[in-house]
Amino acid sequence: MGVVNTETVKHVAALARLHLEGQALEQIAAQLDQILGYVQLLQKLPTDNVAPTSHVLALTNVLREDTPAASLSQDTVLTLAPERHPPFVTVPKVIETSS
Amino acid sequence: MEYESVIGLEVHVQLQTKSKLFCGCLVNFGAAPNSQTCPVCLGLPGVLPVFNRQAFEWGIRVALALDATVGRVMKFDRKQYFYPDLPKNYQISQYDQPLARRGALTIDGEGNSKRIGIHRIHLEEDAGKLLHSTDEPVSFVDFNRAGVPLLEIVSEPDLRSTEEAYQYLVELKAVLQYLEVSNCNMEEGSLRCDTNVSLRRPTDISLGAKVEIKNLNSFRAVKQALEHEIKRQALLLDQGSAIALETRLWDAKRQRTESMRSKEDAADYRYFPEPDLVPFVIDSNVVEQIQAALPELPAQRRQRFQSVYQLSAYDAHVLTQERTLAELFERTACLCQKPKAVANWIMGDLLAYLNAKNLALDAVTLRPEWLAQLIGLVDDGTLSGTMAKEVWGKVLERGIEPAVIVREGSLQQIVDVGLLEHLADSVIREYPKSVEDYSKGKANALMYLVGQGMKRSQGKANPQQMTQLLKRKLDELRERITGRVTE
Amino acid sequence: MSVDSLAALTIHELHSLISAGKIQPQQLLEDLLERIEYHNGRLHAYLSVDPDRLHRQLEDQLRTRKAGRLAGIPITLKDNLCVSAEEITCASRILRGFRCPYDATVVQRLREEGAVIIPRANMDEFAFGSSTENSAFGGTRNPWALDRVPGGSSGGSACAVSADMAIAALGSDTGGSIRQPACCCGVVGLKPTYGRVSRYGLVAFASSLDQIGPITKDVTDAAILLGVIAGHDARDSTCAPVEVPDYVSTLQWPVKKLRIGIPKEYFVEGIDTEVKAALDEAVRTFERLGLVCESISLPHTPYAIATYYLIATAEASSNLARYDGVQYGYRSATNLRQESSSNGLLEMHRRTRTEGFGSEVKRRILLGTYVLSQGYYEAYYLKGMKVRTLIKQDFDAAWSRCDVILTPTAPTPAFRIGEKLENPLQMYLSDVYTISANLAGIPGLSMPCGFSREGLPLGMQLLAAPFKEQKLLQIAYAYEQATDWHRRKPTLSRQQIAQSK
Repeated sequence: MGVVNTETVKHVAALARLHLEGQALEQIAAQLDQILGYVQLLQKLPTDNVAPTSHVLALTNVLREDTPAASLSQDTVLTLAPERHPPFVTVPKVIETSS
Repeated sequence: MEYESVIGLEVHVQLQTKSKLFCGCLVNFGAAPNSQTCPVCLGLPGVLPVFNRQAFEWGIRVALALDATVGRVMKFDRKQYFYPDLPKNYQISQYDQPLARRGALTIDGEGNSKRIGIHRIHLEEDAGKLLHSTDEPVSFVDFNRAGVPLLEIVSEPDLRSTEEAYQYLVELKAVLQYLEVSNCNMEEGSLRCDTNVSLRRPTDISLGAKVEIKNLNSFRAVKQALEHEIKRQALLLDQGSAIALETRLWDAKRQRTESMRSKEDAADYRYFPEPDLVPFVIDSNVVEQIQAALPELPAQRRQRFQSVYQLSAYDAHVLTQERTLAELFERTACLCQKPKAVANWIMGDLLAYLNAKNLALDAVTLRPEWLAQLIGLVDDGTLSGTMAKEVWGKVLERGIEPAVIVREGSLQQIVDVGLLEHLADSVIREYPKSVEDYSKGKANALMYLVGQGMKRSQGKANPQQMTQLLKRKLDELRERITGRVTE
Repeated sequence: MSVDSLAALTIHELHSLISAGKIQPQQLLEDLLERIEYHNGRLHAYLSVDPDRLHRQLEDQLRTRKAGRLAGIPITLKDNLCVSAEEITCASRILRGFRCPYDATVVQRLREEGAVIIPRANMDEFAFGSSTENSAFGGTRNPWALDRVPGGSSGGSACAVSADMAIAALGSDTGGSIRQPACCCGVVGLKPTYGRVSRYGLVAFASSLDQIGPITKDVTDAAILLGVIAGHDARDSTCAPVEVPDYVSTLQWPVKKLRIGIPKEYFVEGIDTEVKAALDEAVRTFERLGLVCESISLPHTPYAIATYYLIATAEASSNLARYDGVQYGYRSATNLRQESSSNGLLEMHRRTRTEGFGSEVKRRILLGTYVLSQGYYEAYYLKGMKVRTLIKQDFDAAWSRCDVILTPTAPTPAFRIGEKLENPLQMYLSDVYTISANLAGIPGLSMPCGFSREGLPLGMQLLAAPFKEQKLLQIAYAYEQATDWHRRKPTLSRQQIAQSK
């Protein structure tokens, strides 16, 4: 126990745009702590000289030619959006500064 | 107190490929909002990116032109932050294995050149565009720009003044235009710039607290923001205050920078290798091929213009700043073999015209043949200098060749001496007062009469010829009158 | 089961019947829809089915397509595979109502072979789970025992195939999500090599681990479906340009002298005695068939689950960042305009995601965000990628000693509904045998190898080197020919259904 506390979980939740409080926060913090506690077993394994694997396949240089392809229609794009003001998708106002 | 400014620039340039960085949507400024998107650049569930070969090669081209070391292997990473113009809420960018590092760009200071280090160059996708409603608490999103290829070029903090920063940008823009990878149009956002600045006493070795400035939409804004920020920081330091490590926004309307966020609560981007794209090995053969195919760059062309066309350093500098301008000069010079005249026409009337109208060169229809023709018409005496200027203005305005304008407006000079004499005589008849003034020795009376004569000729008379003619006639007249009196 | 229903047949049986003109595709679709209508209320294998649209699709298909390998045959898709103009939710509230404007590559390939696409098989929300209990729209039941889970996350697909509510299905497998539910439901499930099948149009869970694969009634159908969906796709940079062999004609190649490795690390504590006994019996069957079985070692096996949960959650946290209520799907109904607070957008993002995601999704997003965040990346994500290398090297070394590796698919038969919901770590640990194949990128096949005393299917897993699916299928086919586990069907009598209620 003690890998993560509720403060850390709150911070991470803010990064992930999730809202957590009260019992739900406590519970999820305890679960994450348990899981991360389990993950600690990796620390026993020496890996200093091991290269990380981010792709299992040894593929490189997969490229496409610079050829234009059809786009979706504006109508299709706007129809997907929960709120729109043609020709735009709308969101609650974005404030550029946080100060 | 005197401080030294330490400035770095972060330039984002849109690569004008045909299609976007990771999908086939067109890269095309000015299309109807949300009409140039597809599942991939919209980040719909289930889509995957595939890297554009042209963007890859152009990235390498820019890196080589900036004398940078292209990495043996480059990879993409995800830079994660939530923003409504970022469809996936992460940007595919490059973190620890960028396209290239350690480049340089030489700028011409006051006669002495200076090498500005380039820290790194990497590829990434652009975000969409946000517009803000003025009467409702909503923002509007246009995703057309999302996924357009961007090259980020980060300089070392080697710039020491606003002027150097400005020159760096001008030179970088010229290089990018010569490479034909971008139109570098700041109004359209194809070239964007952030800067960071700190001050230190000349004796200090370590750098002061670095302030980043965003939202710089023109070279002028960069200049103004830096000037403002340097003053602001100097004032704080003079007062003994500390400079906060922060990001500030340039407010062009109020002409000041405003705090955006401090570095302490800076975003945690959680970079990690993009699993949907494989690594890219940059083969040394490919690098050699691209290197060999590099076009002549502004600095090289500047040298050549000086030696081949005998231009001054200043003329060569002005003429090479834009690739299209340099090409216009060179083609015209080859056609008419009068480089100095060509340089004068371009640097004088053409640039004045473009500046006055706030136009780019490619916004006017202009052929090298036309300028050569105009210079020829002046040379053979068909047009006076004044008339040529007028014709030139019409060429630029209407996009047609000088000879046509000359023909249709009968803008040829009056060479018929009889007609000129007739004009002079009529002026003398109609302005007896001025004639009298002249005979009394008032020299400016002659200028007045010449002016009237030119007016009557609708500018088609040669002013020197008109002056000579009027002076001869007036002198003759005066002699006759004086002669009568003495008789 | 109604033996006279065409829904009970396999792809290869139906293909012969349709080609010979003995049955009409319309009749097949009718039979299948009847079966779905009858059982879906209890089993909840599908989130929704629209018979009219399916009939129309079949008519279009019959009008425009020539006879393909799947002509007129319905194929069921997990609800994380994109089908143009159809709703796709990944069993999440956050995508409810989202109609995808494009076809996944696998869907295009199925259509080209004449298949009728039945979308929307139930799943764990965003494929996060091993029981299909995490579906936001209600879980799926195991057709063999209605109080048990069907496994997950492709539980809807596996249940449908097992209960003859599908002819065959496609699922996705990130840590066992095809193989484990196939095991729980007594059917065949194949996770291909990473890069064998295009992921374009598969809603991403963990991009470096995800693969689409078939869930079928027998090995032959798995070979047919894999042959249709496999192969290079220019829209997926990670899809390998490796030739696709004819998986069907090679099924009957002799298996004698092929070597089976049995990793000792997979037969330690935690394995159910009945599962162990079934595997022992399978080994004897293989030996009778002339295969050589020997013990091998995959020393880094104990680290697989920890490694998997670091990598999978990190990638998932990033892949799921896009669900924010801006462009599509669910947006929190709270009227944020009226608040005119400076952080209206932040609130919209937060409420949408908090209301739209279920608890397991939130848990994994938080875990993944944590392991990528500043100061923890090296200790967690980077460490995970390094251990992944070691796990992959274990397998690379093993292929010099054996052609395939035999393991249980799951440590126990299907567990009870609700049994592991309160303990996420326990749930994660049930993926112990399947996770390594995703980390190493190798193909794995699960097939039935017996039944527990309670009548629950038991499964075994065969693993092979990258792109050796043909070998897996060949050995699995030989086993299937020698046994009849695959012929057993769950007895879904009305009485049993009534009892479970």
